[in-house]
Amino acid sequence: MTAIAANLRFGLSDSLVLARRNLSHVRQIPEKLLDVTIQPLMFVLLFAYVFGGAIAVPGGNYHEYLMGGIFIQTLTFGVMGPAMSMANDLSEGVLDRVRSLPVARSAFLVGHVLAEFAAALLGLTVMTVAGLIVGWRIHTDVPHAIAGFGLLLLVAFAMLWVGMLLGSVVRSADAAQGLVFVVIFPLTFIANAFVPSGTLPSVLQHFSNWNPVSALAAGIRTLFGNPTATPDGAAWPLQHPVASSLMWCAVLLAVTVPLAITAYRRRTEG
Amino acid sequence: MTSTTDAGVLAEGLGKRFEELWALRDFDLVVPQGSVLGLLGHNGAGKTTTVRILTTLARPTEGRAVVAGHDVVADPAAVRTRIGLAGQQATVDGLLTARANLQMVGRLYHLPRSVARARADELLERLGLTEAADRLVRTFSGGMRRRLDLAASLVAAPPVLFLDEPTTGLDPRARVELWELLEELVRDGVTLMLTTQYLEEAAQGSPAELKARLGGERLEVTVGSADELTSAALALGRFASDEPAIDADAGLVVAPVRAGVALAEVVRALDAANVDTTDLHRREATLDDVFLTLTEPTETTTEIAA
Repeated sequence: MTAIAANLRFGLSDSLVLARRNLSHVRQIPEKLLDVTIQPLMFVLLFAYVFGGAIAVPGGNYHEYLMGGIFIQTLTFGVMGPAMSMANDLSEGVLDRVRSLPVARSAFLVGHVLAEFAAALLGLTVMTVAGLIVGWRIHTDVPHAIAGFGLLLLVAFAMLWVGMLLGSVVRSADAAQGLVFVVIFPLTFIANAFVPSGTLPSVLQHFSNWNPVSALAAGIRTLFGNPTATPDGAAWPLQHPVASSLMWCAVLLAVTVPLAITAYRRRTEG
Repeated sequence: MTSTTDAGVLAEGLGKRFEELWALRDFDLVVPQGSVLGLLGHNGAGKTTTVRILTTLARPTEGRAVVAGHDVVADPAAVRTRIGLAGQQATVDGLLTARANLQMVGRLYHLPRSVARARADELLERLGLTEAADRLVRTFSGGMRRRLDLAASLVAAPPVLFLDEPTTGLDPRARVELWELLEELVRDGVTLMLTTQYLEEAAQGSPAELKARLGGERLEVTVGSADELTSAALALGRFASDEPAIDADAGLVVAPVRAGVALAEVVRALDAANVDTTDLHRREATLDDVFLTLTEPTETTTEIAA
């Protein structure tokens, strides 16, 4: 019993030591946090004040509509951080050092997850404050608001694992970066994140309606009481945005967590 | 760590196969506690694979290995508490300071925070890195990185130490210092296994034995101008037991010689070759010379004796 307790305690303390290592990297290279700080701010300002004037949201204010999209877009781009840091660590000798120490093998993965989750929390805080400044408000009661932030955390966690998987299978951090742009860019823009999908040509509209980014953005808007601009007769995920958001997160986690762990094991068992 | 526990290394029929390709095959090895084993071989000979298996980073596909009394496959966790590894790739984190690297390793060995801190300071001091302790490791020279890497492998004072090409990228002075440190560790009972390149011949024994076996004396000749280096080397060739080495920057030729060479004859030979000799002396081989003899191909021309 005590041996198991000691193992758990060491496992946790090892993970924290390694998470601290990742966080110290940020102190050395603060640019690492640009994607969760300056980038969402830029998108908020760009869409609120540059494009926003030209975008009409049926039944609501664009700034209120926009934030749901910004939240999800930023969290989706959050794939990048863990993907890059995993890919970097797997291609360098640091992992050999850690693996030659009496450290639980999982501690390295858990350390990454903890550090990246902390980065995501920072990003969420920045976005929330930026949103409040440009006039976004939460219109629902406290339980719904809490559920809204809970969903944001869940999405952040799911995206983090997508990044962990990506970082464990690519050959280099550059490759991870390239892949993220090619996949995530269309995913976040051909969606209702910034523009109500009603204006899209029909092929793209279908894509957008079934795009998980759309469901997630609509889920956040619903929980915070912001306009969703979902047309009548929209696809099922958009009619039930909260349920479909939860499903998407569950599916992402169910796929990426075991795959990421397997890929990491394979990479570290030579 | 107690004397009753075997702190040596044993491998029997060790092999590692990637499908049809053997990275290592039929490898047997015994390293008694407190001795040094140098694993020499060309690139691709399986040195790194061997070290990776013995340090539990890779699993063998055949055979078995016991390190510090524990089987590497059956009980890798126990092996890891008793070994130190300095890999071929520098395994320190470039984005942390030297001190933070060592403290992190100490914490991962589950040393209490204050002990990890004290141990880090002690090792920084011992490896001459105190002044650079708070610099980011990515600003370090190759030699400094190596030393830090070695420091990291010493954090838990492991009874068995594995060093994969520890001298690669070190200048001769750093090599000598490294060897002195290693000698000290071995005197304290550490079992040391290291790999190095270039020579298709494995040497076994303590550094002192190596020195006795491959040592002898060295003649150092300093010449007046750089274009005399080659003729000086040629003139010394007659007395040398191996090819003389030329250090163009220092204007120096170093030749290994048999004991009892008459200096007067050497001077006459240099004079006959019209070499303007500004300095000539004979000295004992240093450990660095031995290491160079063991690991460097004969065409080496730029080694300086520290």
